[in-house]
Amino acid sequence: MNFVDLLFLFFATLACGGALAMVFARHPVSGAMFMIVSLVGVAALFVLLEAFFLAILQVLVYAGAVMVLFLFIIMLLDVGPDGSKVDLSKWKPGFIGVLLSVLLVAVLLFLLIGDGGTPASNTASWPTPSDARETGDFPTLEFSPEVSFFGYGLMTKYMLPLQVSGFMLLAAMVGVIIISKAPKTNKGDS
Amino acid sequence: MNAITPTHFLILSFLLVGIGLMGLLVRRNLLYTLMSLEIMLNGINVALLAFSRVGNSLDGGILVFFIMTVAASEVAVGLALLVALYKGRKSVMSDDACLLRN
Repeated sequence: MNFVDLLFLFFATLACGGALAMVFARHPVSGAMFMIVSLVGVAALFVLLEAFFLAILQVLVYAGAVMVLFLFIIMLLDVGPDGSKVDLSKWKPGFIGVLLSVLLVAVLLFLLIGDGGTPASNTASWPTPSDARETGDFPTLEFSPEVSFFGYGLMTKYMLPLQVSGFMLLAAMVGVIIISKAPKTNKGDS
Repeated sequence: MNAITPTHFLILSFLLVGIGLMGLLVRRNLLYTLMSLEIMLNGINVALLAFSRVGNSLDGGILVFFIMTVAASEVAVGLALLVALYKGRKSVMSDDACLLRN
């Protein structure tokens, strides 16, 4: 086990542990803090996958903007810890939820590891990545840690999705403003 | 355990998606619901990036970029809806949002 494996284990534990602690946190503020821990762990895993640009983006966008927005809303609404009394009517759906998610993970892991040998024979009819790449109009985008490759890909092959996502951000912004103003306009109409 | 393989990243991605689903199903607080959705999207991002790295293609990485964009706007709209809900009902629990009218 070399250094990189230890790093992977550490950051994977950080990501999963932060997410678990978030799910079971009492106070929303501590939940958001655990979520930041999880997001930073995932960003470090992106670094291990040599996607440095996405790691920076993960920290800036998620841990920076999104979680600040979460904390802002939590403090704006002034929600305290849930008064989660442990009675049966609340425990039963919670138990079923835990069971279902554990079942999902178990099925996925079984498909990945447990039965790994058999599906490989069935994949002969699947298009291989090289086939799929040849059909496109654009040359293959090789994986690269450099940002310029991202920019090239975004400006050539993914031009339309980029513009659509920009328009979607605008639509989200306008939508948020309209939702925030809704009660006043309703009063004025009626 | 020897070197890190894509399988390890996939296992981590499954775990993150499972934890996110658990938070989605267990918690009644809508703030936690939104945060669990973010955890699930993060797990999917890890899987996409691992596949992108294995296939030596940048497409997965760019898809991660777009998923981040969608997640950010989804959080913005979701939190605005949450604030609008809180104005009417003084509560962020999903149990209290069971009526379609005010």
